[in-house]
Amino acid sequence: MAKPKLAIYWAASCGGCDIAILDIEEKILDVANFFDIVFWPCATDFKYDDVRKMEDKSITLTLFNGAIRSDENFEIAELLRQKSVVMCAFGSCAVEGGIPGLANFYDKESIMKYAYIQSPSTTNAESIYPQPETKVAEGTLRIPTLYNTVRSLGQTIEVDYIIPGCPPQSDQIIAVVTAVIDILQNGKPLPPKGTVLGATEKSCCDECKRQRNVKKIKKFVRPFSIKVDPDLCLLEQGIVCMGPATRGGCGAKCVNAGVPCRGCYSVPSNVRDQGAKMASALASVIDSIDPVEIQQIIDTIPDPLGTFYRFSLADSAIRRSQS
Amino acid sequence: MSFEPRIIGFLCNWCSYTGADLAGTSRMKYPPNVLTIRVMCSGRVDPGFILDAFRNGADGVIVCGCHLGDCHYVNGNHKCIRRIPLTKKILEGMGIPPERLRLEWVSASEGARFQEVITSFTNEIRNMGPMQLKEWKFDPTLETSHAALAGKE
Repeated sequence: MAKPKLAIYWAASCGGCDIAILDIEEKILDVANFFDIVFWPCATDFKYDDVRKMEDKSITLTLFNGAIRSDENFEIAELLRQKSVVMCAFGSCAVEGGIPGLANFYDKESIMKYAYIQSPSTTNAESIYPQPETKVAEGTLRIPTLYNTVRSLGQTIEVDYIIPGCPPQSDQIIAVVTAVIDILQNGKPLPPKGTVLGATEKSCCDECKRQRNVKKIKKFVRPFSIKVDPDLCLLEQGIVCMGPATRGGCGAKCVNAGVPCRGCYSVPSNVRDQGAKMASALASVIDSIDPVEIQQIIDTIPDPLGTFYRFSLADSAIRRSQS
Repeated sequence: MSFEPRIIGFLCNWCSYTGADLAGTSRMKYPPNVLTIRVMCSGRVDPGFILDAFRNGADGVIVCGCHLGDCHYVNGNHKCIRRIPLTKKILEGMGIPPERLRLEWVSASEGARFQEVITSFTNEIRNMGPMQLKEWKFDPTLETSHAALAGKE
């Protein structure tokens, strides 16, 4: 019997998700044994044309990481959707836009201008921008064109399952891969569409080992500016920790190591907008009912928007800056 | 035709909703632009509700609750008074004028105040014009048409 086929692709991403897959150690051999890897630009040499030549629905599982930022990302997302039976959004960028999604605070024009003209390390006296097409003697060369808005995979094509995380934790990847192999081997029914794999239903705080008391905050601080108590809830110490507005599943690794949660595991199942949930959680811990003082306390939050929406801007309720 | 704003009003069950009721039974006139949603407490209004209202086409959102100290649930409005400035901060960062969101305290006996608050907020939003959110629909051709910009300068 032919092996089921596996494809792994990176769109607008840092490559961390691919490394996380390699990081499952000896389990990667199970993956290689069970699946026939047909496309994985990070680790194997296949071309887009090889995928184009495949029959529709011939790839059993596609793990797609990265946001949709350019026409190339979009084209390959559509192509892989057409060729695969199960499409899985893998990692924060594919699930909710991730770090590339922060570009939605700006528009394409200002991003291009900064990157190619204004940044201090750039010398570009003639203001030359990269052109989508260049004619050379051998023909026309083409580079991908940026979109104005960064989108998550789910906003672009139909997605079957979601694996959150930046990157997803290796033990969770192992659990998911083992489950997938089990399902395919024993002909079990697939979980319903839209299921979040490799994460829990509760928030990150549920897995955090730190001690929690009543929180009363007069001032927000950044972790380096205070001596952080190793056993006490970080939010209680005035550090903005995204735990209350973030899905669990990572084992609260960052928080237990003394780093505030950044919110990469997406939102808990009952929450629509991560930033709004965080605003709601912070409102409960601020210790004041005087409007002037409240404003002063809020103003001590370093970079509120970038913190609340670090991974979820493209998938938030408003989705991008309107200005 | 002049612009008629669509405003969502979250009214607390114990004070503001009754205040609005009083304005009605006392036959006070105020603009019909506010679509009221009765909530049990202004502390029940999650910032997510407000963002969803804007996303679904509201031009303004007003939250009305009990005066501080009068909350039926002791401190629900204390949560609300801290949420609104945080929500405004989010709106501001998203490029939405924070004036499109307002918090007012209206007690059950303040029908006249309800009338006044709604009238002034409606006028303010009317002057600000319609809220314009950027495209929701994903249209690759429209997105790449920005390619033209590369050769603009």
